[in-house]
Amino acid sequence: MSARRLSTGGRVDRSQTLSFKWEGRDYSGYAGDTLASALMANNQRLVGRSFKYHRPRGIMSAGVEESGAIVSIGEGARHEPNVRATTQQLFDGLVARGQNAWPSVGFDMGAVTGLFSRFFAAGFYYKTFMGIPPFEWGSGTGIWMQYEKLIRKAAGMGDAPSAPDPDSYEHAHDHCDVLVVGSGPAGLNAAVSAARAGLDVILVEQDFELGGDFLNQPDAEAEIKRTNLIALIKAVNVRIMTRTTAFGLYEYGVAGLLEQVTDHMASGSEHLPRQRFWTVRAKSTVLATGALERSIAFGNNDRPGVMTVAAAGVYLNRYGVLAGEKIAIATNNDSVYQTAGDLSRADATVSIFDARKEVSHALGEAAERDGITVQLAMAPMNVLGSKTVSGLSLAIANGDDWKAGGTRSCDLVLVSGGWSPVASLLSHRGGKLSWDSENACFVPNTFSDRIHMAGSAAGVWNLDDCEVSGMVAGAAAVKDFGKSAPSMSAPMVGGWENPIRPLYEIKVAGEKLKSFVDPQHDVTAADVRLAHREGFVSVEHLKRYTTLGMANDQGKMGNIIGLALMAEALGKEIPEVGTTTFRPPYTPVSIGALCGRNSGSHFRPLRRTPMHDWNLDHGATMTDAGLWQRPWYFARDGETITEAYIREATTTRSAVGLCDVTSLGKIAVQGPDATEFLNRVYTNPFAKLPIGKARYGIMLRDDGLVMDDGTTWRLSETEYFMTTTTAHAGKVMVWLEELLQVRWPDLKVHVTSVSDQWAGCAVAGPKSRACLAACVEDPAVMENDVLPFMGVIETTLKGGTPCRIARISFSGEMAFEVYVPSDYAPAMMQILWDEAQPLQGCLYGTEALGTLRIEKGHVTGAELDGRVNIDDAGLGKMASDKKSYVGDTLRKRPEMLREDRPRLVGIFPKDRQQTFNGGALLCKADTVSGFGEGWITGVTHSPELGHWIGIGFVSGGHEAWAGQTLVAADPLRKGNVDVEVVSPHMVDPGGERMHG
Amino acid sequence: MIRIPCPFCGERDHSEFSYGGDATIEYPALDASIANWHDAVFQRQNICGMQFETWQHLNGCRMWLVVERDTMSHEIRSVRPAHTGMAKALEDET
Ligand SMILES: [Zn+2]
Repeated sequence: MSARRLSTGGRVDRSQTLSFKWEGRDYSGYAGDTLASALMANNQRLVGRSFKYHRPRGIMSAGVEESGAIVSIGEGARHEPNVRATTQQLFDGLVARGQNAWPSVGFDMGAVTGLFSRFFAAGFYYKTFMGIPPFEWGSGTGIWMQYEKLIRKAAGMGDAPSAPDPDSYEHAHDHCDVLVVGSGPAGLNAAVSAARAGLDVILVEQDFELGGDFLNQPDAEAEIKRTNLIALIKAVNVRIMTRTTAFGLYEYGVAGLLEQVTDHMASGSEHLPRQRFWTVRAKSTVLATGALERSIAFGNNDRPGVMTVAAAGVYLNRYGVLAGEKIAIATNNDSVYQTAGDLSRADATVSIFDARKEVSHALGEAAERDGITVQLAMAPMNVLGSKTVSGLSLAIANGDDWKAGGTRSCDLVLVSGGWSPVASLLSHRGGKLSWDSENACFVPNTFSDRIHMAGSAAGVWNLDDCEVSGMVAGAAAVKDFGKSAPSMSAPMVGGWENPIRPLYEIKVAGEKLKSFVDPQHDVTAADVRLAHREGFVSVEHLKRYTTLGMANDQGKMGNIIGLALMAEALGKEIPEVGTTTFRPPYTPVSIGALCGRNSGSHFRPLRRTPMHDWNLDHGATMTDAGLWQRPWYFARDGETITEAYIREATTTRSAVGLCDVTSLGKIAVQGPDATEFLNRVYTNPFAKLPIGKARYGIMLRDDGLVMDDGTTWRLSETEYFMTTTTAHAGKVMVWLEELLQVRWPDLKVHVTSVSDQWAGCAVAGPKSRACLAACVEDPAVMENDVLPFMGVIETTLKGGTPCRIARISFSGEMAFEVYVPSDYAPAMMQILWDEAQPLQGCLYGTEALGTLRIEKGHVTGAELDGRVNIDDAGLGKMASDKKSYVGDTLRKRPEMLREDRPRLVGIFPKDRQQTFNGGALLCKADTVSGFGEGWITGVTHSPELGHWIGIGFVSGGHEAWAGQTLVAADPLRKGNVDVEVVSPHMVDPGGERMHG
Repeated sequence: MIRIPCPFCGERDHSEFSYGGDATIEYPALDASIANWHDAVFQRQNICGMQFETWQHLNGCRMWLVVERDTMSHEIRSVRPAHTGMAKALEDET
């Protein structure tokens, strides 16, 4: 028997028993417990196996710095690995197990890897992957792959669930004047000071209870103070967020918070997210994030039953659990004496081994009064026992060194190597720390940018001083707002009666000790020295070579020891070696919280056209086109997609087809200089475009490559209606705005995106005019002389729907685009469909649209991919030489004029029965390797030609390859197909159909 | 996260904006030489410290802005509309 729950004391509610499962067995704890305190109350000391060596591990702390009690929580899809038992609030029905152990943490087959630990020393992975002896023998072979798999399996950090995450997560945003991080004695006082001055204050606390170190005090006085302060902050409307960690601090007072909303509940509520990811913008920030107690490196300092002194105090005073009965405390500072007294009063036998040669009489006498034996100039050397602690062998000071000094039996070893202020958040902002040799820790420098450190995070050790420090920080925050605040002097850094004796590792000549620096990543003192011997002496190299501080505790306890050992090896002082920069997150943030609601179908926005439902009602199968959903094909009576699109394309070429083209970008270009503007933007002339006419235009980027194409309709002297491709709608809008606002502010033009205001339908095919004539109120407007090729009219559909019609063609047939205000979209579709059916017309989707445009060699976003110039696209005729336009100059640079640039071509299979794939590379028949001579951007079956065709690019264009056979190389899917390249205008090259 | 004070909308997260480029580039006339256009399009300084850059308030008023920002600290010293007429109109209003 060693750890046990006391019958009184602590903050747990003994009237509320909570049942939980640990390693498949039933246990119970109390409301107010963490999983760690409940395990300890049940004397479960062995709670996991280490990452690399599978060494038995127990609870080492009582907070976020935990590196031993890393466990898995939950079952099935809700199984979560790498949870700190020390911060997991206990709930009824909690299921937990240890990690990295099979079949159980008590008997772990993987522990045999510990026997080979000499192979797993620092740099093992690097050496293995680089193929350095003795492992290079298998590098790159099948054996090596198997062997790597085994290592990966042995060295792990729990198992990730394979099922999708069933929980929901939220993103939330807030603003405040002052953000106070930490609700201990400093944080509570800072919040009161700031809020009393009328400031809007948010107080965040990672724990489920407010109070910080107040919660760990044995006396009633601390609890009274705590309750009073909480009443005060509520009275001044401080907004309180518990179970919320400020994991990162960014520029402009932006803080990232993670709120664990239901992690403490057996079953999350269906109305609550599991976690909330907050972005809070604070004008000032107070960091009252506390300090963490450090360990010391000595032999077997990772055994279950070795923990920090403060942790034992927390388990006793907060949870009513006595962690051991025969306790050896090793220290180098004053902070342990109070806890030692508390433990002794709880009937434990306590001995203190203080590394210092002398301490004040007062300290020694007080300890003696509590029945504690204090031995000076002694330090821990090696822990005895394997799965539990059975004793401690000690070291005695021998000058500045240590020599073996006998053995004491004990069941708990508590260690304090000093305290480190938690300055991670300040470090995120680039705040610097200075080494304070008097207190053997890094303390934050003052930081100008409205960030104020308070309490032990500022290196202030005593609780009363921390309260004052909080008030000072609160007042400083108030002054940030130009308000007056009481002037108080900040408490000095430190506060111990006797100086600390810096102590990071106990080395005794002749003793081979396994002394851990970073237990979670199994990094030992020997590993740090190995890194030094091999030349990895900079802190950043040390970290990467040994993986020190790279486990999910981010080296909260171990980094300073590693730094100190490297300093010793280099013969330097710690500040000369440096400190590593902390980066967000302070504690792990789940991927789910980062995603928030942006998962599954909400991963990105979904855009539906206003005739979406109408399309579905008429048999559309939809496909994604960027963010848009567009009709893909309209299958009839069990048709396959291929059968459907071939029928749709054939019907469109022979009768009439209707296609939803709403996703095209639409921009209203208005103003007295609109014509001049368009004339500069497009490569072809727009200066003389008459009212009531449309023109196909190409726009280039500054560098001479094609940006986009589309038609622009002149509606009046000063108004144009521009359409863009679906893919580039947003980009073109931004580009036009940039030109008008940044480059040509003298032009009087306004551009407005009207993509969502107008719904569009293409009406294509030889019977398209007949179809439309039946749909408009005045059929005469559809006559060839009123609406010739590229003509535009504004008219009304039957029933009075206002519409814009242009006679333009993407399909190569006689065709029109009809636009109506979006709300009329279903009505327009119905009117058009009612008239198309008697003409044996059809609805067609993007697949048939692709067929029609590939047959004609019309380009889309697949061709205009940002690497193509206007000549490459076969549209060189569209480039005016009578005016200047954007991209005019650089499209003529030498690289753009090379004869062998890839040019747009059509592609036929040599054997017309064969098919081939988009994405294939076009290679010379004798060189099917490398990047080839070109590529294929789209393929389709051409009903018009009766075989498969493609569109793509080939070096020099089709003329350069006339009569030659190329290979469409697609080794991963179809294999190689012999093809010939032809003019991209594969159907009706003269364009007679659309002009007719 | 940078916060950018839009002269029209007020201070907003930088995620509402999209970055343009170097605001000090003077684009030559459309028919200027290849050498002039080459320099305007491809030659950029890599400034450590304060620089003028364009941003667009994409998910706000859509105004193009000239932002004076320290590339080391993200400190923003000034923000103004890129369009001089808009800058003047806003000034006149206040
Ligand atoms: Zn704005």
